[in-house]
Amino acid sequence: MSILRRNNVRVTGATTGRPVVLVHGFGCDQNMWRLVEPLLAEDHPLVLFDYVGAGRSDLSAWQEDRYSSLDGYARDLVEVCEELDLRDAVVVGHSVSSMTGVLAAAAAPERIGALVMVCPSPRYIDEDGYRGGFSAEDIEELLESLESNYLGWSATMAPVIMGNPDRPELGEELTNSFCATDPDIARVFARTTFLSDSRKDLETVTVPTLILECEQDVIAPREVGAYVHAAVPGSELVTLDAVGHCPQLSAPEATASAISAFLSPGVR
Amino acid sequence: MNPGAADDPGAETPGAWPAFSSLLEDSAEDLYESAPCGYLSTLMDGTIAKINATLLGWLGLSREEVVGRKRFSDLLTVGGRLYHETHFAPLLRMQGHLGGVALEMRTAAGPRLPVLVTSTLKRGPDGEPLLIRTTVFDATDRRSYEQELLRARRAADEAREQAEADRAQLREALAVLQRSLLPATLPDLPGVETAGYYHPASPTELGGDFYDLFELDDTRTAFFLGDVCGKGPQAAAVTSLTRYTLRAAMIQDADPADNLRILNRALMARYTGDDPRYCTAVAGVFERVGDTLTVRLASGGHPPALVLRADGTAEFLSTRGGMLVGVLPAAQFVEVRTVLRPGDTLLLYTDGLTEARVGPGRELYGYEALLEFATARAPAGSRALVDAFTGLLRDFGDGLDDDTALLAIGVPATP
Repeated sequence: MSILRRNNVRVTGATTGRPVVLVHGFGCDQNMWRLVEPLLAEDHPLVLFDYVGAGRSDLSAWQEDRYSSLDGYARDLVEVCEELDLRDAVVVGHSVSSMTGVLAAAAAPERIGALVMVCPSPRYIDEDGYRGGFSAEDIEELLESLESNYLGWSATMAPVIMGNPDRPELGEELTNSFCATDPDIARVFARTTFLSDSRKDLETVTVPTLILECEQDVIAPREVGAYVHAAVPGSELVTLDAVGHCPQLSAPEATASAISAFLSPGVR
Repeated sequence: MNPGAADDPGAETPGAWPAFSSLLEDSAEDLYESAPCGYLSTLMDGTIAKINATLLGWLGLSREEVVGRKRFSDLLTVGGRLYHETHFAPLLRMQGHLGGVALEMRTAAGPRLPVLVTSTLKRGPDGEPLLIRTTVFDATDRRSYEQELLRARRAADEAREQAEADRAQLREALAVLQRSLLPATLPDLPGVETAGYYHPASPTELGGDFYDLFELDDTRTAFFLGDVCGKGPQAAAVTSLTRYTLRAAMIQDADPADNLRILNRALMARYTGDDPRYCTAVAGVFERVGDTLTVRLASGGHPPALVLRADGTAEFLSTRGGMLVGVLPAAQFVEVRTVLRPGDTLLLYTDGLTEARVGPGRELYGYEALLEFATARAPAGSRALVDAFTGLLRDFGDGLDDDTALLAIGVPATP
């Protein structure tokens, strides 16, 4: 199985210039970048992919033990960079993938030369003076919510999880809708994401790093953005005038221009 | 409705029946406010701009507390909010529509309200997103039904896993039991090559075929092979009795026909009345004389043994007239003798081999084909011969539906 097929890798944009890898977070797939993609495409070769288990990746390559830690996702990212022989690439990671980017940059320093963290949070759960914004119970509630939604996804999804392999048209319908995921895989990704603690990893970052946060984000509130900014040596923090956790969808122009400004030759 | 007006095309339009419409005392405004579902409209950042009375009533909130003050996600549980941010909001942005999403809302009184939410994005003339319209259905009953389904599914999953584990354990126990009915290895005898093979018909059912081969003294070796009627645990019990009776008898006295008579008595004594149990068997002894083996064997109702000669021929050793073991008190068993010289090999087998179904007509494989197959391979050493037959059994595929045992005894060809 080639990595390109396994991770549903798509290369687009400029043929020359510094490569930018756009990495989706928990809950969706590379479609998350589709409003930002045309805005960056002129100046950069763009690499988009789905983690194994997400989007149109090869689900048969999914293994629970590998994808139960962020290292497994970071390996996907590194393997994609290796496959394309990227050098000095910019990894733009959304949400949990900001942390995946940190791990990948440490593992493949020659391939990853800069990080852009979009709405990062190194730790979602409050703990000993640290405020991530959530309690362990909240995360359990999310998992329940996920579970009931794979029931409730709803009229379409229920027969699928009840196990109706004899009705392939249901699966077809789901693969056609964005971001549909196998519920067991989503549960593992959710646990890995929301129970992870990457605070220590932030100190290891040696590459230029841009942190993008939103004015109001219930998942990664501003105090978390400030924490990441303080923890990553020499990082740059930009607060976007946007609400929610997905500025690449709600404010694609602002997101893209912040990334472009960070990467423009005069500045870096 | 006026039934007489059904043929008039204009009759169905509202304008034609203003009086009828007004009879309902309904208005768009009232329909919005008091609809049997919740309505709300939000700005693109989630701020609630409009909400109907039904939903306010469900949540126990006043319009003033909500409009312009709360976002849609504020109405959700924390888990629901995470779900909203990671799934709902991005999907809605991308697809412009999202239906049937299960969420829980927080009510002022405390209890959570399970709901099903559908949203659509309203766009401006240039396609820019303007606002989000959302309908909310009370899904309390449905959610408890779904939870029951989930519980039932989990219970079924657990039951299935348990059943699979039980099955694996049973299979393992059966395999151990089956192995106990066969020799673990055949003894290494100077100047003699032996080989055995056992094909179980099913991994979940004990077979009724058996064989054994063991030294009596420095020059003589006893062997037997047979087939107990039936399959499963009952047959296995008979097999066990048969194997140990024959073995004990042959150690005492090396006369093959006498040994079958002892087995006949033992089976008849053990299985009386309406549960007769019987078997077919070949029992024999071979003695090493110089570089040859003198073989005596007796058969009780068993298919004839095959001998492959060094000169490339093959023949059956007829034991016609031998009777089933365990049926009649005075059963007759037929004894036959042969000499195996260097390059000769004796093959014992059970009827799983000859009764396999082959070809498009699923005909019996039969003795003729067996002799032909053996002749084509003669001369052959014991191991090579058993390997060839193992391949043949494999080629039968699902045409082979019985257990099959093979035992070969031969004198290696002198170089």
